[in-house]
Parts: sequence; structure tokens; C-alpha cells
Amino acid sequence: MLSSEDFDTLLLTFKVASIATTIMLLVGTPLAWWLSRTRSVWKGPINAIVALPLVLPPTVLGFYLLVLMGPTGIIGKLTNWLGLGTLPFTFYGLVVGSVLYSLPFVVQPLQAAFAMIGKQSLEAAATLRASPLDSFFSVVLPLAKPGFITAAILGFTHTVGEFGLVLMIGGNIPNKTRVVSVQIYNHVEALEYTDAHWLAGCLLLFSFTVLLVLYTQIKSPTMAQPFK
Amino acid sequence: MTLIKARFGLNYGDFSLDVDLTLPSTGVSVLFGHSGSGKTTLLRCIAGLEHAAQGYLEINGRVWQDSERKVFLPTYKRPLGYVFQEANLFSHLTVLANLHYGLKRIKNNLGLIKLNQTIDLLGIGHLLARMPSTLSGGERQRVAIARALALNPEILLMDEPLASLDFKRKQEILPYLSRLHQQLDIPVVYVTHSQQEVAQLADTLVILEEGRLLAAGPLAETQSRLDLPLAQDREAATVWQVSIAEHERAYHLTRVTFDGGSLSLPLIDVPIATALRVQIYARDVSITLVEPSATSILNVLPALISEITEGRDSQAVVQLLIGQQLLLAHITRKSLSLLGLKIGMSVFVQIKGTSILN
Repeated sequence: MLSSEDFDTLLLTFKVASIATTIMLLVGTPLAWWLSRTRSVWKGPINAIVALPLVLPPTVLGFYLLVLMGPTGIIGKLTNWLGLGTLPFTFYGLVVGSVLYSLPFVVQPLQAAFAMIGKQSLEAAATLRASPLDSFFSVVLPLAKPGFITAAILGFTHTVGEFGLVLMIGGNIPNKTRVVSVQIYNHVEALEYTDAHWLAGCLLLFSFTVLLVLYTQIKSPTMAQPFK
Repeated sequence: MTLIKARFGLNYGDFSLDVDLTLPSTGVSVLFGHSGSGKTTLLRCIAGLEHAAQGYLEINGRVWQDSERKVFLPTYKRPLGYVFQEANLFSHLTVLANLHYGLKRIKNNLGLIKLNQTIDLLGIGHLLARMPSTLSGGERQRVAIARALALNPEILLMDEPLASLDFKRKQEILPYLSRLHQQLDIPVVYVTHSQQEVAQLADTLVILEEGRLLAAGPLAETQSRLDLPLAQDREAATVWQVSIAEHERAYHLTRVTFDGGSLSLPLIDVPIATALRVQIYARDVSITLVEPSATSILNVLPALISEITEGRDSQAVVQLLIGQQLLLAHITRKSLSLLGLKIGMSVFVQIKGTSILN
């Protein structure tokens, strides 16, 4: 069975993932919209930066974040100056890292969904008296709904599954940064295979269930299944 | 009478548009031309979907764009209706919600009455609960037209609304468009490359070529201008406005009158005095110097030759006046010289065939 310590790590994991997913959707929506519409020369570089975590080892990303957010890093100096202290080895440091790490999993499905909407629907909305903001909410968001569901699910599950990045910037502090993946590692290190099984099984079941929902329930195939 | 004044200049590198145009504020103005002639771009400029760097647009006395004074009303603030080539319905909304989309955004309680009339006019009452993906192409386009009209716009802009439909669907929609034509009291600007749609719908014909204005004027006048390629075309024709005078049911014929005479047509079973459009192809018109006394052709009319051009091949085009009505005849250059036809001569025309357009 799950110990209360294990249960705490699960709770913390879902807390990090929920907050990170919310932030990713808020940041990712305008970013994906811009990327799907712009003809700017910055489109390529920004796309590449957003996609970097897809190919970069999490430890590399974690290492740079550790340096940047540390007391001598740019972000660290800024957060110190703001009176927030430094972010590494804190809950919010973990959230920031998770957002950067999982952002491509949110931005890319959204970008694909937005690109599919095309400008015709927006032009139709404009000829029907809808301002650009109005048409974004009344046309783009409903049409991109499958993309949003995919983005939220992938962003959430990917955050739940992170490990290397957590070790680099979060460490292993109970109730602050000790997430499930780290806890499983702890159990294995201590040769507590039964405990590791329980937690690993929970994650496996969770991940399989949401992906099953994603691949069977969402009708629009190209938007919902970007990684098929 | 208020007018539509439109002047646009824009440059996209391989394509440029440079037109200065005045259109009447009633009836259907058709923008006609080949693909690449700029007709759709011009329509999009009027809608504000395209922002011409140089532009002036005034509709019903209100300025929608004036680049010199940096005035540019965004599309969503222009009281227009727009029908796209593809119906462009919102796929996440039912037909009724599509029809209500614009209506909800205008402060005008006339809207709902207008909407119900429009639903009747376009025959889409039975489709209201359906999703757009379950409609046929023709039904979708009718909903799109109703959606635009429901806003009670000051001007209706239509961009090749029939181009994406097959022949059968086109024939299904054209009658609705003709009905609109008769019942709408707002100006319509209609883009097409189809001569059939021109004949059926245009009151004013605007011809564009490579982003330039080639001609603009009342339909019959523009159709019969000999300096335009249209008159030389194999499909060259003139459209007459006629009205039903009497039915000769014994012979299954209908006599219609126009400004300058009358024609016999195959029976058209509509009430006396109904207005109709009749199209006469230039190739169906022949010319005689004396009134033929023995001919099987029913429609023989006295006419005055108003203009002549000789083509490079065997063909000559003769423009004639019958009363106030203009008519084109395609004859051979040989006949032209054998008969000694000259401008100002009085002749007779024999019309071998006519087609009724609505």
C-alpha cells in the first residue's frame, strides 16, 4: 500500500502539474496563436526555442536553470531583488522548471489546432461584426477545443513524468520538491521494491488512462493526436 | 441617389490593383473578369479584408476608408454582408446559431423579423437545427447568404458564391439569387467569371483585367460595347428587360414587350406584366435589308445600325438599336460587304433564338 509519505509525493506532483499546466495554457495560448499566424523572421527561432526541451536532456535544461536561478544568475538576482529569494530547491522553482520543460507539449498541439482554423473563419466572423478579440473567443477557442484538451493532457502528464529536471533544480525535499518520480527513485535506491511498485503502478495506470481517453474520445484526429 | 465611390491602389509585387469606380446604390453590380483580374481583391478591399495602401471608399455618404486622412474602418465595424466562395459557416455552430452569430452583435431589433424573411426567401427553414457538416454545398451557400442578409446590411458583397458548386447546385441556387435581386433594396456587389451569372444577375457590369478597370456601366450598354473583348466572344449576347404582354396558348407562345417592340417566346407560364430577362446571343441574330415577307422566323424587328467592327478572321460584329434597346449581331465580313451595311442604315434583324433567364 501507499505510505502517507508516498501519498504526499503524489499530492505534490499533482499540485505542481496543475499549476504548471495552468501557466502553460495561459502563456502557450497567445504564443501558439502568434506562431500560427505570424510571418515574422522570429517565428523560426522562437519555434526552435520552444521545442528545445523536446530534444534536450532534462539535466541540461535543469543545469542551466540552476545556474540562472541561482544567487549569481540573472534570474536569481532578479528574484532576490524582488525579495523572493532564489528559486532553486523551492516549490515555485520546480513550477518554473516544469513550465519550460513541458511547454512544447502545450504549444505544439495548440499551434496545430490554430493553424487548421485558417483565416477564412476569422474573416467570416469579421464580416459578421465580431471584433478580433470577440472572434478569438467565439470562433477560435471553440474550434480549437480538441487542441486545448490535447495540450492540457500532454502538458500535465509530461510534467508528472519529469525526473532529471526535478533532481537538478528541485532536489529531494519532502512536501516541497519531492515528486513521485523522485520518490520512486528513492524507494529503488533503498531497495523498497514493493513501495516502488505501488507508486510506479499508479503512474502507469494514470498515464495509460489519460492517453486512452485522448486517443479514443477526441474525434478530430489531426488536432488531437499530434504524436501519432 | 447615393453612390458607391471606390478608389483603390495596392501592390503585391506580382499583382497590382489600380481602380477608380463609381457604382449605383441599387441593383446588382457584377465585377467580371478572368482569374487574376483583381475582382476578388477589389471586393475584399471594399469589405476591408484587404487594406489597400491607397484607397478611398464611400458608401451611402459615409467614408469607410480614406488613406489620405488615415481613415480605415475595420471590417467588423462596416455595416456590410459578405458571402464567401466557400460558405465559411462556423462548423461548431448549428445553422440557426450561425444565422444568429452576427445578429447577436448588432443592436438592431429589426434583425429577427429580417432573419425570418430571409430564412423563407432562401428556403432553409428545415435546416435550422442541423450542423453545417451535414448540409450539401448548395444548402451551405444558402445559409451563408441568409447569415449575411440577416444583419440587414447596407451593402451585400458576394465573392463567386456559386464557383465551388457543381452545375446542378448552381441551378438550384440561381433562382434564389434572382429572387434576392428582385426583393433586395440594398446594393449588391457580385464577383464572378461566369457569363451566365452576369446575364442572369447584373444590372451594372464592371469588367476588370490585370487589376485595371476595363469598363463599367449598365449591363446592356457594356455588353454591347464593340471596343471590349466581350462583344467579340463566341458567347457574346445582350440581355433585355422585358415584361409579359400576353399568352398565345394555342401556339404555346408568350408575347413580351420591351422598350421598342415585342418578341414571341416559348410559353412562359407567369402572370401578365411579370418582368423577365431575356438573353439574345449575337450568333442567333441575322440582318436583312428588306423586311422578309416569307420567313419561318417569328421575331423580325426593324433596327438601326449604330456601330460596326470587323474582326481579323471572318467575323464582323454589328451593334444595332431597336427602340432604346441595344442588340449585337455576329455576321460574316463577307455578308457585311455584300449587303453594304453602314452605320446609320435602317435594317431588319431576325432573331433565331432567345433564352429566358428567370
